[in-house]
Amino acid sequence: MSKRMFSDELDAFINTWAGKPGNLIMVLHKVQEEQGYISREAAEEVSKRLGIPLATIWGVVTFYHFFKLNKPGKYNIQVCLGTACYLKGGDAIIEELGKEIGLEVGGLSEDGLFSLEAVRCVGCCGLAPVMTIGGEVFGKVTKDQVKGILDKFA
Amino acid sequence: MSIHLTINGIPVEVEAGTSVLEAARKAGVRIPTLCYHPDLKPFGSCGLCVCKQEGSAKILRACATPCAEGMKIITHDDELYEVRRTIIELTMSTHPSSCLTCVRNNKCELQKLAIEYGVREQPFEERIRERKVDDSTGVIVMDPYKCIKCGRCVQVCQQLEGVYALDFIGRGDNTTMSPAANLPLNSSPCIKCGQCVVHCPVGALYEKDDVGKMMKAIHDPTKVVCVQMAPAVRVAIGEEFGMKPGEISTGKLYTALRRLGCDYVFDTNFGADLTIMEEGSELVDRIKNNGVLPQFTSCCPGWINYIEEYYPDLLENLSSAKSPMMMQGAITKSYFAEKAGIDKKDIYSVAIMPCTAKKDEIRRPISAYEGGDVDVVLTTRELARIISQYGIDFENLEESEADSPIGEYTGAGTIFGVTGGVMEAAVRTAYNLVTGKELDKVEVESVRGLETVKKGTVDMGGVSVNVAVVHGMANAKELLDEIREAKKSGKKVPYDFIEVMACRGGCIAGGGQPIGTDDEVRTMRSNGLYTDDEKCTLRRSHENPSIKKIYSDYLEKPLSHKAHELLHATFSEKPLYKD
Repeated sequence: MSKRMFSDELDAFINTWAGKPGNLIMVLHKVQEEQGYISREAAEEVSKRLGIPLATIWGVVTFYHFFKLNKPGKYNIQVCLGTACYLKGGDAIIEELGKEIGLEVGGLSEDGLFSLEAVRCVGCCGLAPVMTIGGEVFGKVTKDQVKGILDKFA
Repeated sequence: MSIHLTINGIPVEVEAGTSVLEAARKAGVRIPTLCYHPDLKPFGSCGLCVCKQEGSAKILRACATPCAEGMKIITHDDELYEVRRTIIELTMSTHPSSCLTCVRNNKCELQKLAIEYGVREQPFEERIRERKVDDSTGVIVMDPYKCIKCGRCVQVCQQLEGVYALDFIGRGDNTTMSPAANLPLNSSPCIKCGQCVVHCPVGALYEKDDVGKMMKAIHDPTKVVCVQMAPAVRVAIGEEFGMKPGEISTGKLYTALRRLGCDYVFDTNFGADLTIMEEGSELVDRIKNNGVLPQFTSCCPGWINYIEEYYPDLLENLSSAKSPMMMQGAITKSYFAEKAGIDKKDIYSVAIMPCTAKKDEIRRPISAYEGGDVDVVLTTRELARIISQYGIDFENLEESEADSPIGEYTGAGTIFGVTGGVMEAAVRTAYNLVTGKELDKVEVESVRGLETVKKGTVDMGGVSVNVAVVHGMANAKELLDEIREAKKSGKKVPYDFIEVMACRGGCIAGGGQPIGTDDEVRTMRSNGLYTDDEKCTLRRSHENPSIKKIYSDYLEKPLSHKAHELLHATFSEKPLYKD
């Protein structure tokens, strides 16, 4: 069963790094790269393979914002809450997403299509407030535009 | 090599590796701390122990700064006072001021600091996250609302116990000391040892209070309340009434329990003597008949939880003997009930224990009787509270004796409460079982003291028995790995008998004992039990006349069918995460 959880490549990667100091972050990165997030099952598997207690892994995973604990949707929505976007109403976009499709930060829409993440600066403050969906950037987003943007992906 | 330095101008000489904090204590200077605990590695999360060197503006943390030759340390001046006061005030702003209703009222380190620094108002706005209380274990209650994030519980769980039920989860303001994956504590690998409870500086961790259950039974006229108390309770409970650690209050405890309304007062030390008869005979049987060795002791419920989770492959090494508490409970409801002509259904069996894991142990399906061999476990702390509430002047209480026929004990029974004690007691009786003679010198010095792993060889009339004693669950890992490896590779395991106790120092420093345990207190409580042993005329379990009688009248002989029914149990593998 354990062999099924990860791809051959990931298995090989873990075997290479097992027993080496500082391996946990490396392995977790790779797991997230392959699976999109760190599931409880994946974390337990890593715990067994590296001999690191699950609580320690959970401590690391919840410390770094980079790691996601929830399965991302088909399209991951990132709403920027960096300084510029925040001032320009980034939080209003999040509120609108909640109203429109019941999404909360860190959550997944019922149909599994969208997940929502709040991020700090995506590097185009001139377009504030910014949201990205599946890598596509939308700038100067207003509340009223949210539904239309979502419809493009539905 | 010794190092010379001054603390506030006072010259001190210390060993290399001593921290500035310890050096200051040696110089009679007390630096306040909150996250530091002498049982743990310095962690430096609270920042209260700040100090500086003369001529330098740099602020050091005394707990984490090793002494160096010629250091001139300043521990108290206006600036350091301000820093400390601010830290205390900031910590207080994240901690509820509900001291009056807190279980740790009067025993809280934060409260003490607030008193010491004369904090009369809170300059910072209160900022406390509402968080749910986790009482899923029914044994240990975690109240993250009161947590000041010092990290001691996490360190204890990892460094002292090697259990890793807890870690720092989340980041910054969101950090909590919790199990992985938002799981309740009961689903985690927690072994219920309660060391997190006795190390918590505030009231964020405490025992589930079961006092009400005992008092309800006492007030129920149809119930015959039979109580037993563990060895370690008698050398610690006095601390709750201003007595010194290690003062023996056996007789006072018997009286106090009677005054509370218990009908029969027995002693777990009798159960300990009985355990030795069974466990010692099992060991001799394993040695003589090529059984699985080494044999592990099975009296510590924290250890049982640990081996079931972490080393299930070694369960065949575990003695099948129940713990003294469970044995005492089982014979209370069988042998005693029959002798006294009481229906066992009317007996309410109470155990006073130095331990939180004992509350968990009584829920195991190992009781000889439906409803349990023991109905409720109260910790030393809970009993002390009820004694106070009933206006019993404990320190000046007259002494009395335990009730017959299951209250009499030998010195071997009483040392069960200290690391090495079970081993020493077992050796005293096993020697007799193997050789038919008595040991000239009953003291087994090599298994005494606070060294984490103690090893020795006992000669039993030409048979060399290799023994090891380990305490503090984390210290068992190396030994258990060695045994696991040897078994896997078919090599001979170099031990015959191993005693394991989950808490450092043994039950005398258990998770249910009075708050404020360090090695000094451990040594004083241990000495109390060794003194109790020396005072006993009989110091070998098999010499206890009540033990001889229970075998001749009832159990027949150790490991008999009846003994197995009442006094033995099986243990089984448990997953680390149970959800």
